[in-house]
Amino acid sequence: MPFFEAVRMALTTLWTQKLKSFFSLIGVLIGVTFLIAVVSIVQGMNVYMEDEFANRLVGLNTFKLRRTPDINMGNITDETWREWARRPRIDYGDADWVMAKLKTPAIFARACDGGTNVVAGGRTASGVRVVAADPPIFTIRNYDLASGRPFSNHEARLGSLVGVIGFELAERLFPGVDPLGRSVTVGGLPYRIIGVVEKQGTLFGFSMDNFVITPFESPANRLTCRLGYMDELNVQTTSVDHLTSAVAEAEELMRIRRRLRPNQDNNFALETAEGALEGWRKISAVLFTALPGLVAISLVVGGIVIMNIMLMAVSERTREIGIRKALGAKRRDILAQFIIESATISTVGAAIGIGLGILLAYVIKATTPLPASVAPWSIGVGVFVGVFVGMIAGVYPASRASRLDPIQALRSE
Amino acid sequence: MNDVVIRIDSLVREYRMGEELVQALRGVSLEIRRNEYVAIMGPSGSGKSTMMNMLGCLDTPNSGEYWLNGQEVSRMSDDALARVRNREIGFVFQTFNLLPRATALENVELPLVYAGLSGKVRRDRAKSALERVGLGNRMDHRPNEMSGGQRQRVAIARALVNEPSILLADEPTGNLDSATSTDVMRVFGLLHQQGQTIILVTHEADIAAHAERIVTLRDGRVASDVRPERTEAA
Repeated sequence: MPFFEAVRMALTTLWTQKLKSFFSLIGVLIGVTFLIAVVSIVQGMNVYMEDEFANRLVGLNTFKLRRTPDINMGNITDETWREWARRPRIDYGDADWVMAKLKTPAIFARACDGGTNVVAGGRTASGVRVVAADPPIFTIRNYDLASGRPFSNHEARLGSLVGVIGFELAERLFPGVDPLGRSVTVGGLPYRIIGVVEKQGTLFGFSMDNFVITPFESPANRLTCRLGYMDELNVQTTSVDHLTSAVAEAEELMRIRRRLRPNQDNNFALETAEGALEGWRKISAVLFTALPGLVAISLVVGGIVIMNIMLMAVSERTREIGIRKALGAKRRDILAQFIIESATISTVGAAIGIGLGILLAYVIKATTPLPASVAPWSIGVGVFVGVFVGMIAGVYPASRASRLDPIQALRSE
Repeated sequence: MNDVVIRIDSLVREYRMGEELVQALRGVSLEIRRNEYVAIMGPSGSGKSTMMNMLGCLDTPNSGEYWLNGQEVSRMSDDALARVRNREIGFVFQTFNLLPRATALENVELPLVYAGLSGKVRRDRAKSALERVGLGNRMDHRPNEMSGGQRQRVAIARALVNEPSILLADEPTGNLDSATSTDVMRVFGLLHQQGQTIILVTHEADIAAHAERIVTLRDGRVASDVRPERTEAA
């Protein structure tokens, strides 16, 4: 039995019995849809987390020295919270110590970072991130200016009342007006706007353009930090290769400064993009472990459905089998015919499933902040799974068909 | 010797039906030469159907020998029998046994599919076989779009397409009215004239009368084997 003949015949059978075919396909269809959609979302999340989330929040060759980690994923126990609460804050002395002693070439920016309302010209913007930081923050966070300039070292040293604002904040406070030279009130004090940062976009639906950056020494510092302390010390090495050694060095320096004994844990946090991703990696690993099981269940069900349909087909078409045998079909011809038919049904199911899965991924992408990107390998797996399930499900019915006695089969009605 | 297409020697076939042992064939011997037109007759229960299955290599005997075109088929495996059916035998059944969802052309192509021929060769040969039985204009019709006579002609075309050693027809006119029956029998007559060996299994005497030799079975044995005198003018 030539291969294409059998496939064409199976497709004709599928087409002539649409409703029955639909039910026989549905198991595999759902399984593959699910596979594609979940893989797309997890994969999309992976890409998103690595490209956007971690790199934008922390930066590739950047680490932060903090009292506690900024980005947390997964459950944090009460005990951890209590331990974090007991930790000393990062003070100016800590920052000076690390900045002075770190041998790996790097740039540094101390920062205090908090959310508050800001006012300009009678308009109030709520939930604005106010960052009081050293000038290298613009380099470290990869902020290019859409207009204006960053504050100078001179302004930084003086703690001048100047600010660089995010794109969205500029649009909210100064619709249709150039914000440069105008002032924005932060914590009761007016800051002169000297620059606007280029649009950064959104992250999980949250705007990344809703901030004010002021000099570290400016009064805005005190909105979130106590006098003499900071939220974080941002460190950027000259290249990604130096990051690991810089982090190790900083850890060593901090342990010396804090006089920690070897059996004591760090009472500070060193946060890298990699570290921030670790939590996500755990979640994605769990998903990828659970996924095959879930998909397998629906595929087993789908396979059993197809097997039943094929058994029905064999008994309905006993006479056809008899005719074929009388005309010279060998056992393996009949075997191949029914296995190919079964595989075709299943592959059609898988193909529809792939289509629906991709559609579902895009619907999710369009309607929720969850990212989705279809992984090409998952389509390959979908097709393979379709063919494979169909072949396995077809073996038993096909072997029954191939063993039919031609005389009996010809007599059946 | 090479003129003999079929040589059957004391063929025995028994079936077990529950407790009972049914002897369908009790030692049948028969020789059929190339280009013979033989009718096998007999009342129901005479072993006619078993004989037909035996001749068609659909069944194997309990004992005895069956030589078809120089090969001993009585001891062959299932797959070897399938091959013999494909190459040596053209079946024409009472109920036509066409595939309902396939067109006339596809039905005729079927034996060639199992012979492993390529698509183009198959189509060409199937077309010429259909033309031979006068259905060149019905190739894309499905069986349910054709009359009984046309269906039987498709079946004949299918039987001929592999150029078999024997054409084996089992009550080929059983489902046809007398006008169409005559029509189909005329096709057989024509094929016989062209040199085709034909074996006709029937219980109707007037159908058997078309053959040049009539073998009658009774109780699993050959009861008579005659060549009726005929006017060869027809």
